[in-house]
Amino acid sequence: MRSCQLRELGRIDYGKAFELQQQLAAERKQGLIGDQLLLLEHPHVVTLGRNGHREHLLASEEILSRAGVSFYPTDRGGDITYHGPGQLVGYPILDLREWKRDVVGYVRAIEQVIIDMLGEYGIAAGRIPKLTGVWVEERKVAAIGVHISRWVTSHGFALNVNTDLSYFQYIVPCGLTKPVTSMAQLGCVADLSDVSRSLAQHFGRVFDCEMLLETPVLAGPGE
Amino acid sequence: MTDVVMPQMGESIVEGTLTKWLKKPGEHVERDEPLFEISTDKVDTEIPSPAAGTLSEVLVEEGKTVGINTIVARIEDGGNGAGARAKPAQQAAPPAQQRPAPPQQAPPAQEAIQPPPVAAPLEEAVPATGPLSPLVRKMVRENNIDLGQITGTGSGGRITKQDIEGYLAQRAAPVRPTGGKIRDERSAASVTEPPVAKAPAPVVAPLPPAGQAKTRIEPMSTMRLKIAEHMVMSKRTSAHVTTIHKVDMTKVAKLRERHKAAFQAQYGFSLTFLPFVTRAAVVALRQFPIVNASIEGNNIIYHNEINIGIAVALENGLIVPVIRNADEKNVLGLQRSIADLAARARARQLKPEEVQGGTFSITNFGSFGSVIATPVINQPQVAILGAGMVEKTPVVIDDAIAIRSISYVSLTFDHRLIDGALADKFVAKAKQVLEDWSEDVL
Repeated sequence: MRSCQLRELGRIDYGKAFELQQQLAAERKQGLIGDQLLLLEHPHVVTLGRNGHREHLLASEEILSRAGVSFYPTDRGGDITYHGPGQLVGYPILDLREWKRDVVGYVRAIEQVIIDMLGEYGIAAGRIPKLTGVWVEERKVAAIGVHISRWVTSHGFALNVNTDLSYFQYIVPCGLTKPVTSMAQLGCVADLSDVSRSLAQHFGRVFDCEMLLETPVLAGPGE
Repeated sequence: MTDVVMPQMGESIVEGTLTKWLKKPGEHVERDEPLFEISTDKVDTEIPSPAAGTLSEVLVEEGKTVGINTIVARIEDGGNGAGARAKPAQQAAPPAQQRPAPPQQAPPAQEAIQPPPVAAPLEEAVPATGPLSPLVRKMVRENNIDLGQITGTGSGGRITKQDIEGYLAQRAAPVRPTGGKIRDERSAASVTEPPVAKAPAPVVAPLPPAGQAKTRIEPMSTMRLKIAEHMVMSKRTSAHVTTIHKVDMTKVAKLRERHKAAFQAQYGFSLTFLPFVTRAAVVALRQFPIVNASIEGNNIIYHNEINIGIAVALENGLIVPVIRNADEKNVLGLQRSIADLAARARARQLKPEEVQGGTFSITNFGSFGSVIATPVINQPQVAILGAGMVEKTPVVIDDAIAIRSISYVSLTFDHRLIDGALADKFVAKAKQVLEDWSEDVL
């Protein structure tokens, strides 16, 4: 069975996580490392996809910075989005040649991971045709934006666990006018680290790989 | 001339949107260098060039969606096969190619170990080199080599293993801005010159000038941050109290001594004191379930499973993998779990669920020579047992001095839930199990 290293990075700056992704993706392309799943949380940040529209940013960069929100143009797919505390962000660095050479199949699988995981928390989530992401009725609970180079993936998904949704006011998320939601807004009180663990397990199942813990999470008694 | 087509990026995908050209018409492109980007369903994919040469024609503009296998561009290879390659570079070539590429033209995406820039006409996507041996083909594939970069020295210009090795040594060397000259000498150079060091000098933090910096700043690792957070959180959460009992381990020590060699021979891992201590703790936990509980709000949560976390020291931190249903295991089973979890913890191969769900923890600080310590509770548990080093000690028994194997056993407990009397009864039970050990080991 293939294995996938799980790296739980806690709260990490967008730029730093981006550098780490690039480094890991480069190492993955060279076959120096195996598949990786980065799970983390960002401080407030608005990011713009390569083909995104700046007009979907509804606030000036000054207003953003006054609100403590940084701004990054990136190379992922998708339009504009917001990340912040209470949102579980996942960056899988996978070589799709070892799974399926299918980029759309990959996005559908990521959706499946999140749908299955939400089901475990009693939330009935699903897809809306042509609108990539995970939806609960007409509201988006998880966004997806992926970059692929030589079949190696980077960027990934962002799931609102107990995100302060008011920050989405600064943007038109993914250029869509449909509202966003979070697990908390849907009545599910869950701890980000629990959701993270649950997500990792579903990820392993959907991608048919064994999840290995790279950075130990729980520390224990002192010695 | 090589046609560049819209690739199929998945079985259900019939078209793609070309979102960006990463090269302009007339620009030179290496084989496998990212040439354009396509977008399908929130996925942006960089498509590498199928050949080296000059991007001569762009047939699909940015923003257009076309079916798979549609020709989107053409690449001018710039040569006419082996015959042309052998001749001087001045052969009729399109004007765009006569201008030799300046040395710094390598796009940023490419690695620094790129081969030296060469006059364009010499670069061919599919050189007519004659058949390649399977070994050479494998080397080409594994090293991502553009065959157009290599002059074959075998019969009829065939590329040999030595040619590839020479090329790789050359490629690893720093880029020298000498244009085509290096190339002509390459095969000779690879024989006569000693191989160039492949790896760049290791990156070492520069030493501060003598007599200057008195501190060095280093960000904490993720694990360190998490340990720090967890420890402070625990101290803030629980009312820590530690009680320490002296335990006579003589019987267990003798048992262990007797079975050590056979145990190692039979099972392949050594027999330590830890499974005995764990077993004793399990017996005591069964008798005092409140020590196996946790607090949630104003409720006491009693755990029906006894899942024991074992603290494992790592190079720069620690982790507490969990032995599930530890009450269902004997000394052998416990030792096996401990050896397995500790080995995988050090190899960083624990699965997430293996560090979750602990209901009580044990730390074996005795293995580092500590006699007495006061461990921190592993939240949300309410107690942790620590075992000090087992040492031969003179003790008074019935008014006579005897030599016994003594260990100090600590229990740190959460006084919110557990009172001193109960904590001491708990440790006394574990002590009794260890002192009057009656279970089989092998």
